[in-house]
Amino acid sequence: MTGPAILDIADLGARIPDGAHLAIAPDYSGCAMAVIRTLLSRRIRDLRLVAVPTAGFQADMLIGAGCVAEIEAAAVSLGEYGPAGRFNAALRAGTLTMRDATCPVIHAGLQAAEKGIPFMPLRGIIGSDLVAQRPDWKLIDNPYGSQGRDPILLVPAITPEIALFHAPAADRDGNVFIGVRRELMLMAHAARRTLVSVERIVDTDFLADEARAGATIPALYVEAIAQAPRGADPVGLFGAYGPDEAALGAYAQASRDDGAFAAWLTVIDAYVSQTVPA
Amino acid sequence: MSDAADIHIREILIARIADMLDGCGHVAVGASSPIPGAAALLAQARSHGAMRVSVLGSTRHNFFTDGGRELFDCAAQGRIDAFFLSGGQIDGAGNINLVGIGDPAQPKVRFPGSFGSAYLAFLVPKIILFREEHTPRTLVERVDFISAPGTSDPEIYRPGGPRALVTGLAVFEFSPQRARFTLRSVHPGQTPETVSNQTGFRFDIPDDVPQTPMPDAATLALMRGDVARAVAETYPGFAAQLWGIAA
Repeated sequence: MTGPAILDIADLGARIPDGAHLAIAPDYSGCAMAVIRTLLSRRIRDLRLVAVPTAGFQADMLIGAGCVAEIEAAAVSLGEYGPAGRFNAALRAGTLTMRDATCPVIHAGLQAAEKGIPFMPLRGIIGSDLVAQRPDWKLIDNPYGSQGRDPILLVPAITPEIALFHAPAADRDGNVFIGVRRELMLMAHAARRTLVSVERIVDTDFLADEARAGATIPALYVEAIAQAPRGADPVGLFGAYGPDEAALGAYAQASRDDGAFAAWLTVIDAYVSQTVPA
Repeated sequence: MSDAADIHIREILIARIADMLDGCGHVAVGASSPIPGAAALLAQARSHGAMRVSVLGSTRHNFFTDGGRELFDCAAQGRIDAFFLSGGQIDGAGNINLVGIGDPAQPKVRFPGSFGSAYLAFLVPKIILFREEHTPRTLVERVDFISAPGTSDPEIYRPGGPRALVTGLAVFEFSPQRARFTLRSVHPGQTPETVSNQTGFRFDIPDDVPQTPMPDAATLALMRGDVARAVAETYPGFAAQLWGIAA
């Protein structure tokens, strides 16, 4: 039995091709920021992002660097740091396709993928203008309804080509500890390939202890891992370290101005070339 | 009696929203909602353990263990009694717009996106619409994009929907039967006329529109003590600004 490959972050990032359909974690869960920076400095092209279910800093940075053709998300925002400046600018310029969704549609689409079924029915949503924007969402009459019409919405499975996220730890077999962040489990179940950066790789077998096994993604779902201490900086990692508020505030400012963003990206390029082996 | 001059308008909003939540078994609060979050924690503090509160983004006040989907699954099962929604625009029929202004493919103004509104607005029985900025820009005659409709046709499964709108100027009640707001109270310094002048949609004005009640001394003490400390865990900037306390 061979487990997931153990790579450095540059090689992990290199497994994501131009044009990839890529699922990313929300800012409150595990953002693989160190890997995202390698994608930025490489100027990866034509990504089709899936936000699970909302996007923030990762998406805005990639959009600003011209790496994204399309994004499906329930929202794109820098949260308490304000609007996502590059996202807004790209939409105004017409250079980005936004597939507006609502949170449970993305969760349900991923759940359909994890079950290997083509769609999932969901309550609500009918009468929202989102439905008109999404010809891939379909209305049917509940076939199990007892009386009268009962319209219900079907949403298609979302099967990302790749899921990318950051987690606190992996063991030597490539089992990934995620604690209570079950959206990361959902991403790994749904995606065809899962790439994970972790704070540390340890010798303990995470599946040996039942308490920890329940909070672990089995290596079955994981293609490759890379060790990246503080790999979620500056967004922060649950249970490990908080957000770098100064860095996030500075980015939010830069995101709202073409020149300031270009300068920010130059700094990222220099940082990656100095810290990541080619 | 508290001295009105010492009470911040945000404390009046928190107390008024908390009153609307009394009796709920489970109140959930979305991301970036410090005033509704504080109101929910205040209502919980005086419920003597009867109310559960889940605050997205909080570690201590969030008991979900099944990922981002659990809140929505809970709502669809009827396990959440009250939730808060806002909008870049809110109109007189209770529709909210979180997407933008102009062609969605190339908008003039882009808002963040609909989040869970298109779902939760249908499924949570007591949706409280909250927008601190009360101007003709935010409270419009007709939203440019409906993220979540205020009302639905009878054939649509809809156990929930908007029940009230709370702003920085006033409190409205929403009638789903009439798809229309009624002014219920105005905050200190406002009259029905000043509120009307700042509102882009038409609404009913009863003969008697009282002033929004001031929190009493016990409510203020609770809010500025235990509740403020709990709020600071999730919203440190907000708690520091309003109450001068650190997380």
